[in-house]
Amino acid sequence: MSATASTAQPSLFAKLWYDKNNRSIVVQILATIVLIWFFGSMVLNAVINLEAQGRGFSFAFLEQPASYDINQHLIPYSSRSSHLQAMWVGIINTLLVAVAGIILSTILGFTLGVLRLSKNWLVNKLAYVYIEYVRNVPVLLHILLIHGIIVHSLPRTKEAWNLLSDTAFISNRGLFMPSPEFLPMFKFVLAAFIGAIVFAWLFRRFARSLQARTGTQLPVFWVSVLAIIGLPVIAFIATGHPINWEYPTLKGFNFQGGAVIRPEFLALWLALSLYTAAFIAENVRAGILAIDHGQTEASMALGLPRNRTLNLVVIPQALRVIVPPLSSQYLNLAKNSSLAIAIGYMDVTATIGGISLNQTGRAMECMILVMAIYLIISLTISGIMNYYNKRIALVER
Amino acid sequence: MNESANTVSSTERALGESTIELRQMHKWYGEFHVLRDINLDVKSGERIVVCGPSGSGKSTMIRCINRLEEHQQGDIIVNGTELTNDLKNIEAVRREVGMVFQHFNLFPHLTVLENCTLAPIWVRKQPKAEAEAIAMKYLERVKIPEQAGKYPGQLSGGQQQRVAIARSLCMSPKVMLFDEPTSALDPEMIKEVLDVMIELAQEGMTMICVTHEMGFAKTVADRVIFMDEGQIIEENVPEEFFNNPQSERTQLFLSQILAH
Repeated sequence: MSATASTAQPSLFAKLWYDKNNRSIVVQILATIVLIWFFGSMVLNAVINLEAQGRGFSFAFLEQPASYDINQHLIPYSSRSSHLQAMWVGIINTLLVAVAGIILSTILGFTLGVLRLSKNWLVNKLAYVYIEYVRNVPVLLHILLIHGIIVHSLPRTKEAWNLLSDTAFISNRGLFMPSPEFLPMFKFVLAAFIGAIVFAWLFRRFARSLQARTGTQLPVFWVSVLAIIGLPVIAFIATGHPINWEYPTLKGFNFQGGAVIRPEFLALWLALSLYTAAFIAENVRAGILAIDHGQTEASMALGLPRNRTLNLVVIPQALRVIVPPLSSQYLNLAKNSSLAIAIGYMDVTATIGGISLNQTGRAMECMILVMAIYLIISLTISGIMNYYNKRIALVER
Repeated sequence: MNESANTVSSTERALGESTIELRQMHKWYGEFHVLRDINLDVKSGERIVVCGPSGSGKSTMIRCINRLEEHQQGDIIVNGTELTNDLKNIEAVRREVGMVFQHFNLFPHLTVLENCTLAPIWVRKQPKAEAEAIAMKYLERVKIPEQAGKYPGQLSGGQQQRVAIARSLCMSPKVMLFDEPTSALDPEMIKEVLDVMIELAQEGMTMICVTHEMGFAKTVADRVIFMDEGQIIEENVPEEFFNNPQSERTQLFLSQILAH
């Protein structure tokens, strides 16, 4: 600063503004002041307006009875339950469709992405047409379309499709399945299942150490599948079928008993998954294409077969490209689930952000709650994905 | 370059059987006829340098030998196995034929040691400890055992190419193919790679090198092959090739690359 041609002392302005470090501090202080002023005046404005309308800011309404019904609730709920309970039902419904959607869209997306790169002309073009159709139509239309197909083209209750001789039924009111009642002996089946998983894990470890010691490769995948399916089945038969099935039966206008997957859930789940899968497929394709072909060539030149080349060389590197945009797709899916309100799936937006809001008039409080809930869900997803991304990051110089 | 290597020229060494045979081999890229009637017989222990202008089909030819490229006509026989669509045969050939690429193609997500042990463990089914011991042996031979725990991104180009050579050697190949191994390197790194290649040649490895390093060709090659427009134009021992080139095309090429 001082070693310039001018001998005069630099002015205060010049000191603060022409020095790289000082300028950065000044800019940050100014930005902070503007932010505090902006949000402060917003909050102040809201408080003044609420007072003028004679309404305080309080979450006490959450304890009042909600007095509306929710058809899908995984925790106890009736119209006499509180708004808080309705909110929890909504949160669980949102999480259910988001998690189920993330799982299905990931499986579909990776499959489609790999098919899109297939050298088989028909497979390649089918995947292409599917992806381009699905991702270029708004997701709300997919939700309405699939819901419409389920509600309008599936038979009514009286003509419900009968699956597996009276055990399950499909109608426009959903998929009705038998629900299990577990007898005491079932714990042995459960134990066998857990035991099989532990066995598979131990077997995998054993196979790895065996390979490290002797080079022998064991069929880990097939042995694990066999154990995880086989052991519980054997235990199930040995303990004499310790499950009582409660079958759905037609009583009056609808099926009673058993478990049901409702058309609203089905439509939302399928639409979100199919839609997001198209985007994930493109991410996967981009990720695999981003890996230099030289990697595949080097691996194959060493004599590694095609599947090993994919698993050991291409996919581990492609994941680094795929994971960051994949997190965005998961976030989109979780937030798009709020479109549930269009078909009456009672998620968190439809319960606390919809009916509860309208009944109590507590718009500010309800919106803050709903936003906070989506924020927590989204931050959790990105937190998990960032952790995963960090773990697989490349080491550069 | 190491002139003493001349003491082991082909005339004084007994060469073995044919390891690689290319017979009337043709290849097209769509309409483009890249390789025309290639005939080449490489004996075990023989060192061949392939040169020629860019686009002449040198790389394509050696990439056909381990089927990274498919030929459409003629026969390629490697270690007695004919290359066809049979995937098992292709994998068998690739196990015995090492390849070093212009751009190294190391696996960036694996350490240097893991790069070297990946194929021995999964293809040769070697125990990990044994594979690592072998890998360390070859890393010592290419003079970078101290880099074993690092990732390729942390190494210089010359070091990466030496790792790539060690990675190929870990499969104990019968033949090594070099596809312009020094073309992507800074001048001062070329020597360290060439030194490793010369050492390998002196130990009797069968090698086919596509390279413009004429010094290397003079030092170790048993035969120099000159290619242009997909054809083998000339083929001779290095002394004759450089001092007394037969075809006009070869003379022009040599005058251009040796002019400076």
